[in-house]
Amino acid sequence: MKRFVPLIVLIIAAGWVAGNWLPLKTAKNDFDLAKFGKLPVLVGGRVKPLDTVGRNSLLIIHGKQELQLEGGRSLTAMQWLTDVLFSADVADQYPVFVVQNADVLGLFGWEQSDRKYFSFAEFSPFLKQIDEQGDQSEKLEAVQRSAFQSAILNLRNSLVLYQRLKNSIQPEGGQNFETELEVFKNSVPGAARAASQRQAGESFDKEKLEDVAALMQRYEKLSELAYVLAVPPRDRNDQWRSTGDSLLRSISTGEIHPIVNEYGLIGDAYRAGDPALFNQHVDLAANFFAKEQPTAAKRASFEFLFNFLQPFSQSMALYVLAFLLACFSWLGWSRPLNRSAFYLLLFALAIHTFGLVSRMYLQERPPVTNLYSSAIFIGWGAVIVSLILERIYRDGIGAACAGAIGFITLIIAHHLAGSGDTLEMLQAVLDTNIWLATHVVAITTGYSAMFLAGMLAIIYIVRGVFTRSLKKQTADSLTRMTYGVVCFATLFSFVGTVLGGIWADQSWGRFWGWDPKENGAVLIVLWCAIILHARWGGFIRQRGLMIMAIFGNIVTSFSWFGVNMLGVGLHSYGFMQKAFPWLVGFIISQLVLIAIAAMPLERWRSFRTTDVSPDRPRTSPALSAS
Amino acid sequence: MLRKVIDLLTSLKLTIVCLGAAMALIFAGTLAQVHLGIHEAQQRYFQSWTVWWPAEGPGFRIPIFPGGHLIGAVLLINLVAAHAKRFRWAWRKLGIHLTHAGLIIMLAGGLFTDLFAVESHMRLERGDTKNYSEDQRHMELAVIDTTDNDLDQVTAIPESVLKTNRTIDHWSLPFRLVVRNFYQNSRLKMLSEAGTSAQPIANQGPGAMIAVEPAPRTTGVDEHDVTSAAIEIMPNTGGSLGTWLVSDALGAPQTFSCGGRSWMITMRPARYYKPYSVTLQKFTHERYAGTEIPKNFSSRVTLIDPERSVNRDVLIYMNHPLRYRGETFYQAGFQPDDSATILQVVHNPSFIAPYLACVIVAAGLLVQFGYHLVGFSRRQRSALA
Repeated sequence: MKRFVPLIVLIIAAGWVAGNWLPLKTAKNDFDLAKFGKLPVLVGGRVKPLDTVGRNSLLIIHGKQELQLEGGRSLTAMQWLTDVLFSADVADQYPVFVVQNADVLGLFGWEQSDRKYFSFAEFSPFLKQIDEQGDQSEKLEAVQRSAFQSAILNLRNSLVLYQRLKNSIQPEGGQNFETELEVFKNSVPGAARAASQRQAGESFDKEKLEDVAALMQRYEKLSELAYVLAVPPRDRNDQWRSTGDSLLRSISTGEIHPIVNEYGLIGDAYRAGDPALFNQHVDLAANFFAKEQPTAAKRASFEFLFNFLQPFSQSMALYVLAFLLACFSWLGWSRPLNRSAFYLLLFALAIHTFGLVSRMYLQERPPVTNLYSSAIFIGWGAVIVSLILERIYRDGIGAACAGAIGFITLIIAHHLAGSGDTLEMLQAVLDTNIWLATHVVAITTGYSAMFLAGMLAIIYIVRGVFTRSLKKQTADSLTRMTYGVVCFATLFSFVGTVLGGIWADQSWGRFWGWDPKENGAVLIVLWCAIILHARWGGFIRQRGLMIMAIFGNIVTSFSWFGVNMLGVGLHSYGFMQKAFPWLVGFIISQLVLIAIAAMPLERWRSFRTTDVSPDRPRTSPALSAS
Repeated sequence: MLRKVIDLLTSLKLTIVCLGAAMALIFAGTLAQVHLGIHEAQQRYFQSWTVWWPAEGPGFRIPIFPGGHLIGAVLLINLVAAHAKRFRWAWRKLGIHLTHAGLIIMLAGGLFTDLFAVESHMRLERGDTKNYSEDQRHMELAVIDTTDNDLDQVTAIPESVLKTNRTIDHWSLPFRLVVRNFYQNSRLKMLSEAGTSAQPIANQGPGAMIAVEPAPRTTGVDEHDVTSAAIEIMPNTGGSLGTWLVSDALGAPQTFSCGGRSWMITMRPARYYKPYSVTLQKFTHERYAGTEIPKNFSSRVTLIDPERSVNRDVLIYMNHPLRYRGETFYQAGFQPDDSATILQVVHNPSFIAPYLACVIVAAGLLVQFGYHLVGFSRRQRSALA
């Protein structure tokens, strides 16, 4: 029976994941939003599916990728986006905008209540006021803004984004866009003739010119507002354009881009509530992209799949489960639980890896390009090293570390994703795959190892102080693991830091500029050096090593997040204020652990009954480092 | 006694103390950048022997912490001394020796760079040709003899001299320069706008109509001080020609005559002249489609060096600098409207040190940890067997 436990656990986990991945079947007589969501568009300099645009926009505006309506109904990002694009009057009533700041609510004469979501329609009388307040806040640096100013600026930016989304495909409020296009198309030749007649001083038909002029004004406004560039380039020299821009260009070519036409028909069918017609034109558009823009279509459709699978959420859940199994294995029934945790971790790692590699394929970049991806990568690296440790020692410690770090880093990543597209384009100076692949990967691997060493130390302290499970053998192997991981961290942190210096020498002309991020990196290297020298000099033994490794967590978190919060220097592209309380909380928690570890050994449960003291002279030959 | 000193200098405790002090210093110096700016914080914390409190001012100051130079130097001495004393060749120590040899090269290289590297900028509008680069952080007072139509004779007086000396007497000038006022950073206003109490500090040229207010030193990465001074010109033959206001904020140089020759006087960023010239052909600033995110900056320049008969076009862009005659030109910035490019010009004779050090240290760490790992897995295997 015991032999099959790991297998059963794995099968249940696989079944759960597979259940999450069951494709959403669209009924034959319903709008095929999945297919519509795969159409490629260009936003933020990157070709992505409409689905991504919907999810990211909803995330920015609403804080979630799903919209809960009153009466228990919920909308997916794609359902919401389709309404925004084609039936703005319906979308204006959805409570999407988050406002929690009492001062912002007070601005509109509203009292703070338990309601925090508001619709566009509710804000529409106050748009001018919000815009003015937002402009004032924008003049300040992010660090100097008050809570009210940040909140109003956020609201302003969300409203702007929403307005631009509404005017991405067709002018908002337009009822029959296809007819309008037809009119436009038919009057363009006449207007062009009239224009040339006027220029030549001949008599011309004034009305014809005026017809088109009104529409042209409309499309000019549309092309200014558009958030989404939906029309693909016609040839190599062309570029992605908004529908408005494309229509303005139609005046010289005399024809309307087929995709503009299709979007017109799709929108009309949607408003008319005609799924069959909608699906038919979505198919036509999809076929057009598959033929004319095969790479864009393939990538967009893969990204759609990636969005749907949510690999990081799946592995996050599995990591938690594995962590719990590994912890329980120390209390009893060790072997089956241990092996279950190990298999579960391998499964979670496989999904995690799939997500990581997918992002690399979509972005055509090495794994780490921003703070979000650094969290994903740190977790991934730490899980791999932990699993190697688990393979060697088979005592559940590596597995517990893998589960804990995998979960924590993925949850951090989840919260970092709130600012929008996590696959954003890179600033010019970062546009070099060689350095991203070497310097950034080495540095983040160093972070992984530092956190892993810290986690091992935490396990040592918690098991030693609060349980009786820290036997001498376990204590010794934890020490060896921590020491080894610190060595690993030293190597990667050092190499990464120096490679960063060399990159800086290549692009900015100085090897070392005392930039905050550089300083953060060198702090880690110095701390590693101190740990190793203190150990080699015999100044610390087991407990000292553990305390120092936990302090390493603080140093690493400062380097990873803290320096970005300073808002100075060339690396401050990852600025975020919201995380500050979390960072402080983390540092305090580590200091508490250090304080606990500093308690006299007689107070440790594991050492109360046995006379094995880790601070006695070492006996294990394996411990004698050089 | 000597023995005790040697023991201290070679001790591992000193190493750890130095590393800890370095961490504290770097942490404090990083936080200080928020208020002081990178440049000033670097000067006070890292490129100094001690950190002072209060940091500036004429009053009583006490050193409160060792500065970057001091910690680096002690660490270097400790490293060299410890190895000199304990060095014994053994294969199993190879990793440690390599690592520390690399670190010695790195620390020494860092010190060398601090002492000898020169950073300056070259700002070029399209079609501009320059044979000098400028250091925006350091001003100079240029006194130029323009009597000869073909050749200007320039006497440049660095900011540091203006700051400390009251009277400047140089053999190339037939007059003395007396520094009446000196402002590291200042704001200039027309007298008519400055209020009734404002007084000009000069009585010649446009300076007679301008009020100068002292301003706190700038801290931003992209800002720099507007340095101003009032200079009285006193011919060696006696008397005074009057006082001129010179300032970075004033445009064209001001002219006067003395000793039968024509002169120009101006405050400008310190210049480094080169035996070759650079001409900007074209500056390109690409953005990602539909966004303002910069994709690439590049400058196409023509490099002309008659001495070495070089005349070629070069493309300088992100991560691809031009290295020529010991100097490196990097694409550092641009005018907001893309009308001009800004190249950073760096002369760093020891730029190779970190490259070398990195390879040696990395090899050393690999050997050392690899050695541990092999030993560890061997024991592990025998323990399991």
